Amino acid sequence: MPQVAIIDYGSGNLRSAAKAFQRALGGKGGVAVTAEAAALARATHIVLPGVGAFADCLRGVTALPGMVDALRREALEGGKPFLGICVGMQLLADRGLEHGDHAGLGWIAGEVRRLEPRDPTLKVPHMGWNEVATAAPHPLFEGLSSAHFYFVHSYHFVPKVAAEQLAAADYGGDIAAAVGRDNLVGTQFHPEKSQTAGLRLLANFLRWRP
Amino acid sequence: MLKIRLIPCLDVRGGRVVKGVRFVDLRDAGDPTEQARLYDAAGADELCFLDIAASHEARDILLDAVGRTAEQCFMPLTVGGGVRTLDDIRRLLLAGADKVSINTEAVRRPEFVSEAAEKFGSQCITIAIDARRTPAGFGVYTHGGRNAAGLDAIAWAQRMAALGAGEILLTSMDRDGTKLGFDLELTRAIVDRVPIPVIASGGVGTLDHLVDGVRRGHAQAVLAASIFHFGEHTIAEAKSHMKAAGIAIREAAAP
Repeated sequence: MPQVAIIDYGSGNLRSAAKAFQRALGGKGGVAVTAEAAALARATHIVLPGVGAFADCLRGVTALPGMVDALRREALEGGKPFLGICVGMQLLADRGLEHGDHAGLGWIAGEVRRLEPRDPTLKVPHMGWNEVATAAPHPLFEGLSSAHFYFVHSYHFVPKVAAEQLAAADYGGDIAAAVGRDNLVGTQFHPEKSQTAGLRLLANFLRWRP
Repeated sequence: MLKIRLIPCLDVRGGRVVKGVRFVDLRDAGDPTEQARLYDAAGADELCFLDIAASHEARDILLDAVGRTAEQCFMPLTVGGGVRTLDDIRRLLLAGADKVSINTEAVRRPEFVSEAAEKFGSQCITIAIDARRTPAGFGVYTHGGRNAAGLDAIAWAQRMAALGAGEILLTSMDRDGTKLGFDLELTRAIVDRVPIPVIASGGVGTLDHLVDGVRRGHAQAVLAASIFHFGEHTIAEAKSHMKAAGIAIREAAAP
């Protein structure tokens, strides 16, 4: 049965993420909100959430003793299904350009830049429900090929490798709604705030065998 | 493409809904969590709790209601009323709110907005502006529209955006409760001059008013209370009406 570890590094409220995973699990598995690197070894699925600024979130993760090493060992090298949400997804990039120029984890090639929609009437943050189109079928989006998800962000992930952009949303131009490769996925939107579509995506993640 | 948001608002006092849906199938119509569940199931795009008493004792009851709501409803929740300190914000966010709405304290101490945005991120800071027509244009009011703040609403909205607000909840105090529709001139004047999203509020009496708020007011989101609470319309009706009028909106109850 899946054991989900949601990494708690002081970034906002993780209660709804934990509850959404519990709902998606339907009692078949467990969810741990944890700040301990050792917990990742026991987990079958790893979730890195994040709200706020890129550098603050990165600092939060690196401040947890052994966490970045454990993430690398269990997810990047160990192949456990990994989901980054919002800034948790952005941290996978090589660099983030929010309030300075910061090195990211570098798991998915690309950088995080300020949203600059071509249409000047479009507001930043990009806030609300947007339709997400998958580039190619991916288990994460099974049954969700043109579903709506809830976004709230002012910066976006620009992947270097086109094939690593799993899904896109239109906001005055294409923006990465999901990125990933192998056992790693990240969503710019918040599945835990996206009602039935979000719960379906989390259930898909839990069933995924990358 | 991004959809226009339709946001029902619940007025809460002492942790109880004072103006809410009169659904017959509610076990406890005064419980904000029960009402939130119905709106969630109906496909509302977000939900707003406004604590109109915002007293100290009522705060813990509200936090409990926010917590229970967040455990059952997987949709964005904004909570406003009596938010005065960074600790107020922290407690609401930890309880499960996604955004907090700040009004009086921003007027009293504008730098509070930048402190809050730096600490928690702009995405969770909504600035509520209560505006009224004045001989000079549109003025900002506090304390439920009773006290004039001596500020021009447009300049104030711009300043709030510059200080890090993530969105503006704009209420016309002239229209609030009248069912005459949004003050479209006010709404447009603010929306067209700030870089952040604006929620139009105050005065919705018909479904056409929701359409007007977007079409003629240029708002990114529309908020309504009484047309839903008294069972005049459902979220699904409102959404299909807006869709039929050509507004990009997420269909109710579709994934």
